[in-house]
Amino acid sequence: MAYIKIDADRCKGCYFCIKFCPKQLIIVSDTHNKVGYFPAQFLQEKEDQCTGCKTCALMCPDTAIEVFK
Amino acid sequence: MEKIFTRTPTLTSSETHFCPGCTHGIAHRILAEAIDELGIADRTIGIPGVGCCVFLYYYIAIDTLEAPHGRAPACATGMKRAQPDKIIFNYQGDGDMAAIGTSEIIHAANRGENITVIFINNSVYGMTGGQMAPTTLLGQQTTTSPYGRNFQTEGYPIKMAEMLATLEGVAYSARVSLHKPKNVMQAKKAIIKAFEMQINQMGFSMVEILSTCNTNWRVSPIEALDVIENEMIPYFPLGVFKERTGKDFL
Amino acid sequence: MTEKKLTKGNIALAEGAIQAGCRFYFGYPITPQNDIPEYLAKNLPRVGGTFIPAESEIASINMVLGVGASGERAMTSSSGPGISLMQEGLSYMAGSEIPGLVVNIMRCGPGLGGISPTQGDYTQAVHGGGHGDYRNIVLAPASVQEMFDLTIRGFELADKYRMVSVILADAMVGQFQEPCRLTPDHPVTMPEKPWALKGRAGRKPQLLKSLYLGPGEQEAHNQDLQKKYREVERNEIMCEESLLNDADLMIVAFGTPSRIAKTAIRMAREKGMKVGLLRPITLYPFPSQQLHEHSERIRKILVVEMNTGQMLYDVKISAHKDADISFYGRPGGGVPFPNEVLDEIVKAMEK
Repeated sequence: MAYIKIDADRCKGCYFCIKFCPKQLIIVSDTHNKVGYFPAQFLQEKEDQCTGCKTCALMCPDTAIEVFK
Repeated sequence: MEKIFTRTPTLTSSETHFCPGCTHGIAHRILAEAIDELGIADRTIGIPGVGCCVFLYYYIAIDTLEAPHGRAPACATGMKRAQPDKIIFNYQGDGDMAAIGTSEIIHAANRGENITVIFINNSVYGMTGGQMAPTTLLGQQTTTSPYGRNFQTEGYPIKMAEMLATLEGVAYSARVSLHKPKNVMQAKKAIIKAFEMQINQMGFSMVEILSTCNTNWRVSPIEALDVIENEMIPYFPLGVFKERTGKDFL
Repeated sequence: MTEKKLTKGNIALAEGAIQAGCRFYFGYPITPQNDIPEYLAKNLPRVGGTFIPAESEIASINMVLGVGASGERAMTSSSGPGISLMQEGLSYMAGSEIPGLVVNIMRCGPGLGGISPTQGDYTQAVHGGGHGDYRNIVLAPASVQEMFDLTIRGFELADKYRMVSVILADAMVGQFQEPCRLTPDHPVTMPEKPWALKGRAGRKPQLLKSLYLGPGEQEAHNQDLQKKYREVERNEIMCEESLLNDADLMIVAFGTPSRIAKTAIRMAREKGMKVGLLRPITLYPFPSQQLHEHSERIRKILVVEMNTGQMLYDVKISAHKDADISFYGRPGGGVPFPNEVLDEIVKAMEK
């Protein structure tokens, strides 16, 4: 299985990753980052569903996502 | 577990100045990835134009020359002629290339200058606050077309990829988009293709990238992706308009 | 003895560029400087150089910028309207500290003007023309030999200070023929340019730019440029001082008028009037101190220009406060005869 790491402080909250995650494993965080955006947040508890397809990282304009598999 | 996706080495760790959801960030990343995958970072020199694209040098760790507005193709011409073994690319927006710099881009293309041009088309002047550009869509409201662009008074949006494809010196001209994962992958392939044209000395190569400017379009980042799909692509069709297979211009 | 060959001014300049190691020329046709691109189109390829007939003067100057940023010597040449179009590029080159050589064989203005000899572009060349606080080195040849020598000097100064050098000549100097030594009077060298953009291999990425947005950055950049300009003013002034030791009147003139003035000075001296000449060869840096020192003794000054008084302002701010400054100018292609200058000498002496 796979998981992603989102650098919350780099995230500007466009939520492209949320829109394009085929498994809906990313949500909007309820705590803001250092700049004041509410960053995207990976649902750690659903890690077993992540396929490491990299779509989220592909669409991230801020290179805030790393993917592990 | 193994890291299967991370920042490519030539993309710096600087946080960009781009607005949230601006696909310029994606364009920068795939450009840096293309440079690294081709292994040309040590001999590539970038020439950004003026506008949101100017800070390329903070984000892509290569030698960079800042060009006057619209003049990047002329600067690139001089640089490539002085250093034919280097890979020279322009990174220009639509206000830069399709308005003030039309003379320079057309003649650099027509001479078949062996350079690569990345052209960001977001249908407005972004950095100056969303004024009407030559690429602004009919009916599109901007700060200088507040009643919507009207073809009777402002003419039609200019199609650079198609126009340049008519010139003999052009080896490759394509239009791609960044609004969906599949399109991002195609965009990166097009950039690689354009660089390969230069590496193989085939002549002028250009990739027009449809990009969002959600701030000046006054929509959310996600809505902006739909604007590309529903409003831009019907007028600016995606595709390869010219691809040279042999050095038949020599 | 070095052989001299009857040569046209524009050709001497073009050959000087080749001898200076310039291998890149970009330009757009305009009279009266077309001999320069035509000579280089023929002769640059013979030495492995590049000639591009550019689509405009705007493109020309930016191609020069691109080659300059690569660390090689490049030039363009034009006249009046074309030089006006280049001002944006000149400002960017000054801001980014990219060297290059620009030749202006002046034509009359304003507008399309005319093609007869004139000096109406002094202010544009010397005091700017483009935006921002910047300077170009401006060299004013008055002979065919100087067209050759000052072109080489222009490239050397451009590289030394990372500035643009402008050769500012009137059409007379460009078009007439004189015997000229077509070999450099010293070995031409090219300095190392570690700042040039050649790809990041073996070092950190480099950048040439003129945009500084951070608080105070642009001001600091401007102050650095000014420091450089002061150094140019300290080191690089060139002027010809002729018959000034005993003079009661000093003519200040550059280019063709300086040669006409020399004839008038000979005529004046035959009549017993002690007249001498100060001829600025560098218009920037202007020989202010030399002019000031002479004017401490020679209080009468006559400025002769083929314009309505552009260098006149630099003479006024340089001369002693008690200097009595007269002006004789012919704009729009008017070329003074020596006897006309002599009349002005008499008037100035009698004032």
